Amino acid sequence: MKLGKSTREAFGLALADLGARYPDIVVLDGDVHNSTRTEHFAKRFPERFFNVGIAESNLVSMAGGMAGAGKRPWLASFAAFVMCNAYDQLRMSVAFPCADVKVVGSHAGISIGEDGPSQMGIEDVALACALPNFTVVVPADEPSTWAAVEALTELRTPAYLRVGRPNVPIVYDQPPPFRIGQAIRLRDGKDLTLIANGLMVAAALQAAEELARSGIQARVLDMHTVKPLDEQAVAEAARETGRIVIAEEHTIYGGLGSVVAMAAARHHPVPIRFVALKDTFAESGPPEALLAKYGLTAGDIVREAKSLLG
Amino acid sequence: MAGLPLQELEAKARTLRRHIITSTTQAGSGHPTSSLSAVEVVTALYFGGILRYDPLRPNWPPRDRFILSKGHAAPLLYAALAEAGYFPVEALATLRQLGSPLEGHPNLRRLPGVEASTGSLGQGLSIGLGHALAARMDGYDSRVYVLLGDGEIDQGQVWEAVMSAVKYRADNLIAIVDRNGYQQTGPTAEVLDLEPLAPKWEAFGWAVQEINGHDLTQVLTALQKAGVSRGKPSVIIARTQKGYPIMDLLSEANYHGKPLSLAEAEKALARIG
Ligand SMILES: Cc1ncc(C[n+]2csc(CCOP(=O)(O)OP(=O)(O)O)c2C)c(N)n1
Ligand SMILES: [Mg+2]
Repeated sequence: MKLGKSTREAFGLALADLGARYPDIVVLDGDVHNSTRTEHFAKRFPERFFNVGIAESNLVSMAGGMAGAGKRPWLASFAAFVMCNAYDQLRMSVAFPCADVKVVGSHAGISIGEDGPSQMGIEDVALACALPNFTVVVPADEPSTWAAVEALTELRTPAYLRVGRPNVPIVYDQPPPFRIGQAIRLRDGKDLTLIANGLMVAAALQAAEELARSGIQARVLDMHTVKPLDEQAVAEAARETGRIVIAEEHTIYGGLGSVVAMAAARHHPVPIRFVALKDTFAESGPPEALLAKYGLTAGDIVREAKSLLG
Repeated sequence: MAGLPLQELEAKARTLRRHIITSTTQAGSGHPTSSLSAVEVVTALYFGGILRYDPLRPNWPPRDRFILSKGHAAPLLYAALAEAGYFPVEALATLRQLGSPLEGHPNLRRLPGVEASTGSLGQGLSIGLGHALAARMDGYDSRVYVLLGDGEIDQGQVWEAVMSAVKYRADNLIAIVDRNGYQQTGPTAEVLDLEPLAPKWEAFGWAVQEINGHDLTQVLTALQKAGVSRGKPSVIIARTQKGYPIMDLLSEANYHGKPLSLAEAEKALARIG
């Protein structure tokens, strides 16, 4: 797989592109637009861009107000800060009134590397999923981030888009068949299903290759939408392959693993294994080394898959 | 603790600056310019006879506290803690490496001398107020010093703490604002203008001093005065320059969150002496 841009960069470029087509789109950021990449929008549409400073709660409620007045706000900050510092504001100014606000959390996961745990969003997906009315999307690569931004613009309700800092492999060399709430089957197999999102999709594909070399045929699903979950795809995977491994760059509680396991339990209970951050904060270090130390690599997926089958 | 004489303090400030530049350039990431602007403040605190501390007993209850609310200036805190004897100076070379307790932002569970885990801006003054009130309840005359970024005080929580501290007459709480005029994406005057800053703190009921934050004598005098404030908390607005004294060697004024290249670091170290 060829290395593409980071999903935050793809988000920033896609948003600037949308700005030209949707005059109602406004963008708000909290003194980090060079990190979240809303700077691309800010440069082209300065009159529709608001840098509110280091003030995430104000950022979120201002966006809620703008949505109430008919604008279509996108707001961005680090996943950790926007979700954790402004949660009540997300709840009361966005989720409860079901405002058309798109919330973007960058620097998600531990792959931000050296800046360390305080800057890593590891619980953002769980928090976003817990908010009624929110759609939650975690794209895998540059092309699917563009597609996600386009698709979320069609939506008139709150949504959370999670993007990352490092450049990531291109999973989709053709335009992805991206529909919110619909898993994308990247590979078919009968022995088990690997379900992943974000940068773990590329890892799952790599794991499937490796498993194939040991004669194990794995289905791979890109579960880019965590909410609403494609329960049918989970039910089929459970029925047709009998075993599931879920991989995400997030704490093991409340993210993709939890919602997929819930769906499987409801439709067709099967053994499931979880590749995720094991209820711990990470530390500073190079991204690749952190992913290895905290168990978020293709090798970890392979190990869990084999232990399920063994 | 007896403070160093002025000349030695100035030498100590230069040492901290060298550590900041060397450790971030070696790490290949970090916030050297944010660390450099507050060197005199931190030097005066740890080596000018202001803070009461014992590196052999980091949790000694009657100690004073220093809380780095602007946690991204961790290289400055680590340099001071190493020079103060909390851990070997050699450890500074492990900044931001896998396994090192010298993380990108301070983590109190991993490094002695770190009083608060920071990095999400806006929380340090509240944590400091908690320490100040708890120490008072326990009968200690400890003082709590909190270093804030000027951009950081955009956060509403800072002003919540400002009001609480007055309500509880926390005269053992001293805030220091590193007024370097820049935040991540530009000058504070453009991102969110703070002025008139001193009158704001005054209106909330704080004792306010404004000083040149690179003049060690002014810094020491202000800290001494703040330490004996009665009945109300104190704030020192330290006017500083981000990246002092090597701003002109860098490609832009703010140069936020980026290490110096090897060549830039060499020039910077030569300038600092
Ligand atoms: C809650 C929160 N929001 C955003 C950030 C990202 N961030 C890190 S440093 C910084 C700018 C800080 O400016 P200032 O407080 O003036 O410190 P300086 O670097 O100028 O010393 C920002 C926005 C953060 N660390 N925490
Ligand atoms: Mg500043």
